[in-house]
Amino acid sequence: MVKVTIDDVQIEVEPGTTILNAARQIGGDVVPPAMCFYSKLPGTGGKCRTCLVEVAAGSEKDPRPMPKLMASCSTQVMDGMIVKNKTSERVQEGRGGVVEFLLINHPLDCPVCDQAGECNLQDLGFQHGGAKTRYEEERRTYDPIDIGNKIKLHMNRCILCYRCVHVANQLTDSRVHGVLNRGEHAEISTYIENAIENDFSGNMIDVCPVGALTDKTFRFKSRVWFLKPMDVSCECTKCSGKAVAWMFGDEIYRVTARKDKYGEVEDQDGKTGWICNDCRFEKKDPAKWSIEGPRKINRHSVISQGHYQSPRGNSQKKIN
Amino acid sequence: MARKLLLEHDDVPGIETFEVYRKLGGYRSVEKALKTMSPEQIVEEVQKSGLRGRGGAGFPTGMKWSFLAKPEGVPRYLLCNADESEPGTFKDRYLMEKIPHKLIEGMIVSSFALGANLSFIYIRGEYMWVLEILEKAIAEAYANGFLGKNILGSGYDLDLRVAPGGGAYICGEETALIESLEGKRGNPRMKPPFPAVKGLWGCPTVVNNVETIAAVVPIINDGGEEYAKIGLGKSTGTKLISASGNLVRPGVYEIEMGMTVEEFIYGDDWCRGIANGKKMKACIPGGSSVPILPAHLITKTAAGEDRLMTYESLSDGGFATGSMLGSGGFIVFDEDQCIVRNTWTFARFYAHESCGQCSPCREGTGWMEKVLNRLEHGQGNMRDIDLLAEINKKIEGNTICPLGDAAAWPVAAAIRHFREEFEWHVTNREESQTRNYGLLKAPVVG
Repeated sequence: MVKVTIDDVQIEVEPGTTILNAARQIGGDVVPPAMCFYSKLPGTGGKCRTCLVEVAAGSEKDPRPMPKLMASCSTQVMDGMIVKNKTSERVQEGRGGVVEFLLINHPLDCPVCDQAGECNLQDLGFQHGGAKTRYEEERRTYDPIDIGNKIKLHMNRCILCYRCVHVANQLTDSRVHGVLNRGEHAEISTYIENAIENDFSGNMIDVCPVGALTDKTFRFKSRVWFLKPMDVSCECTKCSGKAVAWMFGDEIYRVTARKDKYGEVEDQDGKTGWICNDCRFEKKDPAKWSIEGPRKINRHSVISQGHYQSPRGNSQKKIN
Repeated sequence: MARKLLLEHDDVPGIETFEVYRKLGGYRSVEKALKTMSPEQIVEEVQKSGLRGRGGAGFPTGMKWSFLAKPEGVPRYLLCNADESEPGTFKDRYLMEKIPHKLIEGMIVSSFALGANLSFIYIRGEYMWVLEILEKAIAEAYANGFLGKNILGSGYDLDLRVAPGGGAYICGEETALIESLEGKRGNPRMKPPFPAVKGLWGCPTVVNNVETIAAVVPIINDGGEEYAKIGLGKSTGTKLISASGNLVRPGVYEIEMGMTVEEFIYGDDWCRGIANGKKMKACIPGGSSVPILPAHLITKTAAGEDRLMTYESLSDGGFATGSMLGSGGFIVFDEDQCIVRNTWTFARFYAHESCGQCSPCREGTGWMEKVLNRLEHGQGNMRDIDLLAEINKKIEGNTICPLGDAAAWPVAAAIRHFREEFEWHVTNREESQTRNYGLLKAPVVG
């Protein structure tokens, strides 16, 4: 076990753990935000640079500070390492810069974006973004395209985290989409108008940190915070069959995998609980699912605002 | 003229053939290394020589070699980085065009020292004719028993291949080079693990610049200590400089490190001063990614001492008043040149060449390019100049690979030393479209 101190909190972790995972073991607000790292997809991380932290002491043996800010998702802890995240001004400044970069070409279309309410970039912008943009140039725009019959790609919103590329590499039998071009012209697209058709391709929607990949069976149906997330399960031959049904009354509006507080798909029966496209896109009939009960949602999330009581009940209370 | 170690006999006709090269003493180092030395002794000689990587970073080569992991049963690779794409740098091309066997000789000795049985020369796609020259030379080396199985009866096998890239600047970064060689998109990898532990196909790998590998030849021939006597302090040996810009005699020169910058620019054996009787305005001593310096800071340091052609002297004063030796792309500007336009050109290059993997570089380089474009074309504001400086700070050091720094430094330095000129572009918008700053009534060039 190695000892590491993150924002004055000490913890012992397995050797080889990354700083980000060590911080997640502590929990709370010492955890750096991560837009591209996804613990369930090996190989992700290092790209978005939002998880930058300051390493004030490298290790017990070599206590020199690291000169640059380090990507906490891909830097392993050493015994006696001292890490500063929220206590470091340099980190806050650097992260602010990264958020500004991520937002300069990102459209301000949250009011019509299906990801609003569960968008990592919204949270990040709220915490670290500036009130105004300093970007006076024309934004980079693309037309939304269909990549497969159930998935819509809004390249305008994409932050090029490469998570969906890793999903296609690791969950599906062949990848037909990837990153084309380079620099600021880099874009996600399919191989010459290929359609993504694979039983597990829908998981790309779940891992997308922004509204770039959306579920065509749910687009524009409802804001997520008007829906009730319910833990549901079914007998499925392809996947674990454990999912979340987002309901309005007795209707299922959409189905997603079960995600933890970092927006990552939870483990089910010892394996990552990815769900198949049949469960996600086809089973919108509540009779096909057995409902386990309401899903616990962080009370700070906008999604928890209107669930377990009727909106009318709430407003009446306030008036009284 | 000074001593030539790398470009020796470059004026002899037919030096690109095996026959002539061998007759003039070529491949001696292979005989010496394979017959009389152990791999460890070669690494030791290179460490003694104080040779530093010639690609730009100046990391000690012997130390890099000693870091190479040597697990049992795993092949090791030596890659030669011939993806010379830094604007202003063309020394490797000259060396490979003129004396391809020098590089091959260095590759054989270095591969033997590192225990590699398969080595690659990764060459940029635009150098197709150089690739043909190299392949011809390699075929000659195979035919004469210097490559292939059991070289010179020593029992050592080596295969050498040339692999062309697609012409991307980013593939000159060592991990992007490895990705590209593996047949993937040339995105730099996250470090650690470093290539010395996990490189090409997950095996320990060393990536060295063309000039570095060629410099191993004189080190083995004359001994590391002899090589270390040339030069000054920690900058040992000779260095190829690609001089370009408004010089009377631009070109590739081999210098002994430690000569003064003034001598190099104005000396009769060297560049012979500024062309057309003009005055020098600025100089970039190490390729487009190092900070630009105004004329008074390039020949003398801020303390008033002579600036020398060494790693240390050129970086004297840090980034405030110094620069870097970098890859030796020595670009000189005369008084007629527009620094804003030049900075914009560099920014355009880096925005075009960013791989787009990490956000500060992808978005930041494009943003800087757009702001500089506006400034150059008379559309800028005063706050844009400060904005540029801030974007710089937010890119620098926060990216996966050094391309972000390379894009940020020249812009930061141009604003630091030539802020007046940027401001003049804002205050004299229309005038700045008709003439260059510093010129009274001459037409804009380009």
